Amino acid sequence: MKNSINNAFKVAKKENRPALISYTVCGDNTKDKSLQILNSISKDLDIAEWGIPHNCPTADGKDIQNSSYRALQNGIRLNDIFKLVKRFKKTKPSKPMILMGYYQMIFNYGDKKFIRKCKEVGVDGLIVVDLSFPDNKNFAELCKKNSICFVQLIAPTTTVKRMKEIIKSSHEMIYMISSISTTGSALKYSIKRIIKNYNVIKKIKPSKNVVIGFGITEKTISNLRSADGLVVGSAICREITRSLKDRQNPVTNVSKLVRKLKNKII
Amino acid sequence: MIKLKKKTPLIDQHDKFGFYGNKFGGNYCAETMRKPIEDLSRLFEKLRRDRKFLKKRDHYFKHYLGGETPFFKLENLTRHLGGAQIWCKDVSAINGDAHKAYHATVNALICKESGKRYIAGDTGAGMFGKNLAMAAKKMNLKCKIFMGTKDISRQAPNVKFMRDAGAEVVPVDSGSKTLVDAVSECMRHYVSNCDNTHLAVGSAIGCNIFLKICAWSTSQISRELKKQLIKEFGEIPKLKLINVIGGGSSALGFWNEFIDFDKKHVELIGVEAKYAAPLSTNAKVAILHGAAQYCLTDKEGQIAETHSLSAGLDYPGSSPLHGLLKDSGRARYTNASDKEALAAFKLITKLEDIRPSLEPAHAWSECIRLAPKLKKSDVLVVNNCGKGYKDKKIYIEQLGYYPK
Repeated sequence: MKNSINNAFKVAKKENRPALISYTVCGDNTKDKSLQILNSISKDLDIAEWGIPHNCPTADGKDIQNSSYRALQNGIRLNDIFKLVKRFKKTKPSKPMILMGYYQMIFNYGDKKFIRKCKEVGVDGLIVVDLSFPDNKNFAELCKKNSICFVQLIAPTTTVKRMKEIIKSSHEMIYMISSISTTGSALKYSIKRIIKNYNVIKKIKPSKNVVIGFGITEKTISNLRSADGLVVGSAICREITRSLKDRQNPVTNVSKLVRKLKNKII
Repeated sequence: MIKLKKKTPLIDQHDKFGFYGNKFGGNYCAETMRKPIEDLSRLFEKLRRDRKFLKKRDHYFKHYLGGETPFFKLENLTRHLGGAQIWCKDVSAINGDAHKAYHATVNALICKESGKRYIAGDTGAGMFGKNLAMAAKKMNLKCKIFMGTKDISRQAPNVKFMRDAGAEVVPVDSGSKTLVDAVSECMRHYVSNCDNTHLAVGSAIGCNIFLKICAWSTSQISRELKKQLIKEFGEIPKLKLINVIGGGSSALGFWNEFIDFDKKHVELIGVEAKYAAPLSTNAKVAILHGAAQYCLTDKEGQIAETHSLSAGLDYPGSSPLHGLLKDSGRARYTNASDKEALAAFKLITKLEDIRPSLEPAHAWSECIRLAPKLKKSDVLVVNNCGKGYKDKKIYIEQLGYYPK
């Protein structure tokens, strides 16, 4: 389990493609449905990311807000999320699972208790949107001790000096935010500019797996295929919203979308 | 118990991570915001020591906001309640009708200094929104105000002001459609536009720098009050300073100069709205809008919905600085219900010429409760921090009239 995130990148690299990482909100639109969606798309995924819904998300755009809202309306709780992760890992033990959320949800549960629970159910990595460097030092250390990858984020506003420090304290995966935006808005920067930012990070430490996220869709994904990994979140959440609105099955629709995304990068 | 440092401004009593008393505040924000808020912190630290900037601020406070706000005794109310002397620091007399005028003006000045052309802010009662819109117009900045749709309809007069001043009012229809959602949406806007936009957070909340700017700006109130007290009494008498608390920006301004006094000499009393009262109901510490603070949540840690007739108080969190003042025992916090605030408005306006908005009506309610129990030599000062016209419709609905 320890190196499952690294392995996922190795496999993708061997196939000469970026790792495909999905982001969906756990419990969207129901607990079971969100697990069904993830189970169904996981064959096309290298890493699965599940969002922990929070009702004051200050970095999410409309699509993920909608997903979180649905999940919360249907009563998802942190302990349900742990149970669902356990169920997912039971059938797909080698598929890395990253939980992503806001620090309030962890803080309220208790840092140590949260990390212990993550380890227990098989969480491989954590992204905490609003726990940035250097405030996350202790938390990241605690993750490391429990063999959980703490994923540091780097934004277009991050200075090179700060970038170096972040990379130094990072674990096996780094998340690069594509442009100055919340999740899900259209890419504000040109592909060239995004790749340029990406290369700055890679140059500092080539061995780190750097994934790009925020605003990646069916249209843009193939242009960014030189990255180590690509995260698609809002586009999937949008597809769930559309499916529910049109009274279609989100499981089949999302699976089709993820298959298409995969085809664009192989 | 946390100990306050003497002779250090309250806003500066944080560690290098922005925490007060190792517990409140911090910078819980997305990586994208880190650099912009660091730049802003640097700029603010420079400006607050820059004589030219301070002169400019004072010039605006004097000539644009109208200078010192009045301080006077409420003779009729004092006689009626028959206890302590009741005094009013009438901040609502400022051009802009509320203490938010200081904070909005300073933010617009800082925005100008930073070279950014856009300014964005959140508002609940609309006092900050209105003042920011006016300051932006004055300083030729493009202004966006985020406001919950529930607040847009209940504070319509202020919305009209904002639009007339040329600001874009962005309706926020998520969650409870009130201040908490407006702040979230405004922060999201900043995350997406921090390269050209200055974020003016409407209260002493948010990441470290935002609450510092806010409390620094409103502290003008206590600088004036201190002088006015000495002029009136020849010294700082035994005082109780009563202030309403939403996020807590007016109280911080009203109390700032008196923090170092012994609490037996100058007592600080904060009054929250009964169903939005994290400080007076022993709420847990939670992370909201970038900072650790006393905040109402459910068991799962989700931010709780609140209720108050007053849009400015309808907020689940509180300034990290109030967490510090509570835990150090320097201030005490209580609350008042909608009904109590309305009753206070009724009595005050019957006896006196002031017309408080719903927010300070909560502080008046505590004053009315307290005064009869005290001696004639005790001095109660209430910060009348907002004008009532914006709540005229609500007062008429609730009381059947709005006094002349």
